[in-house]
Amino acid sequence: MSQLFVDIALYGPGFMRAAWLVLWLTVLTIIVSWICGLAAALAQRSDYRILRGIAGFYIWFIRGTPALVQIFIIYFGLPQLGIRLSPFTAGVIALGVNSGAYVAEIIRSGLSAIHKGQTESALAIGFSHAQTMRTIILPQVFRIILPSITNEAISTLKNTSLLSAITVVELTLYAQTLISATFRPFDFYIAVAVIYLALTSVLTQLANWLERRYARLS
Amino acid sequence: MTAPFLELREIRKSFGDNEVLKGVSLDVAQGEVVSIIGASGSGKSTFLRSINAMEMPQSGFMKFEGYSFDYRAESRFHPTLAQLQNLRAEIGMVFQSYNLWPHMTVLQNVIHAPMMLRGQSKADATAEGEALLSRIGLYEKRHSYPGRLSGGQQQRVAIARALAMKPKLMLFDEVTSALDPELVHEVLTLMASLAADGMTMLLVTHEIAFARDVSNRVLFFDQGVMAEQGPPDIVLKNPESPRLRQFLHRILHDAPSSEVRA
Ligand SMILES: Nc1ncnc2c1ncn2[C@@H]1O[C@H](COP(=O)(O)OP(=O)(O)OP(=O)(O)O)[C@@H](O)[C@H]1O
Ligand SMILES: [Mg+2]
Repeated sequence: MSQLFVDIALYGPGFMRAAWLVLWLTVLTIIVSWICGLAAALAQRSDYRILRGIAGFYIWFIRGTPALVQIFIIYFGLPQLGIRLSPFTAGVIALGVNSGAYVAEIIRSGLSAIHKGQTESALAIGFSHAQTMRTIILPQVFRIILPSITNEAISTLKNTSLLSAITVVELTLYAQTLISATFRPFDFYIAVAVIYLALTSVLTQLANWLERRYARLS
Repeated sequence: MTAPFLELREIRKSFGDNEVLKGVSLDVAQGEVVSIIGASGSGKSTFLRSINAMEMPQSGFMKFEGYSFDYRAESRFHPTLAQLQNLRAEIGMVFQSYNLWPHMTVLQNVIHAPMMLRGQSKADATAEGEALLSRIGLYEKRHSYPGRLSGGQQQRVAIARALAMKPKLMLFDEVTSALDPELVHEVLTLMASLAADGMTMLLVTHEIAFARDVSNRVLFFDQGVMAEQGPPDIVLKNPESPRLRQFLHRILHDAPSSEVRA
């Protein structure tokens, strides 16, 4: 038992820092993914064929290729074109763009669940299309998609472990470095799993709370 | 003679090959209540919706307040997007499916547009909104969400939401058709009181009794043209065309409508 306390005292702070980095990566990635997802979802229903085409290609490409390959393209591939990014930045962009394609699909399904009468009544009272989207349609979409968007956020959080492959010292890579020094893979991978679990559980709780908060509004 | 309050000339609208409005003209005086009747698919909704350009006509002219539009695409009086938004803000429209915004309370539904479009302060908009809700008898429901209201209550809120913009013209498209029969009356009563207050109104309706009692004029639409029009006593009691006679016969026997007096 005392060994556990020693371990926590010894490795705890390092794990905390790594967990903090995971959280940070997740938050930034979610922001990027919502921007990409919203843009793609709106582009998909645009009157312009080019925009629809670009959005369609984006979603098709991202959903049809492994996230790890996308990360490699951004981190190892782009420098060949003269674009050099830090592992952290490359990771946020790659994961954000990746998750954005899934978010786009989620938003699209949410948009299609809104009765067209909602847009009608807003336009008829004098709102512009943008005002209608922003104040009438999207707030309703957000409530509908909250559960799926939470799942996507949890996936994103777990996917940050992929960034160990491009030297971002998040939880997984941090554990690996400890393991190579201590030869205790079981202990440390379990510790990592527990921390991921704690993080995803917090996220789930947060989403449940949001959902309850908005449940009464519909 | 003074110019009409609302003037529509030769309004035409097609959906693809389907010509739905074949050149409809109409003058409406201020304070006039005009009912539109006709068979399903005759173009009543499309005509009503072309008045506030929810359906953009392909040709025709329209004059209302300061607006003067020529809907021919090449015309330099073709309305701009901004003009359309301003026009729509002056014209209230109520739909068959109330279309309240479910994520907002009743009061928020009513004050949203005045605040965003008229720049009203929240305090002013709320005071006016609450007064409106009192008038329609739903002040107590102001903090409820629309989903908790009956159909009749929702439709009255939808009317209040339109009125909050202080429209000079109200358009009603079969606003009682989706309601349970026992809820129709409360909505018609509200509309009758608006009419009595001098609101200029155009309404598409299957409520023949209401059209007869409340409107100054009845229009009969048939296959995209205004086939007959005149005071309700004449149009509804002594129709000229066989098609209108047929239509009235059918509607009066299939769906007895409720009685409401202004
Ligand atoms: N957005 C649209 N796209 C294509 N066709 C349309 C559209 N809106 C209406 N139409 C067609 O135009 C015709 C007239 O429709 P409209 O809704 O004006 O009829 P209506 O007289 O209001 O009928 P109802 O009593 O059933 O409401 C119909 O044939 C309808 O199918
Ligand atoms: Mg109709």
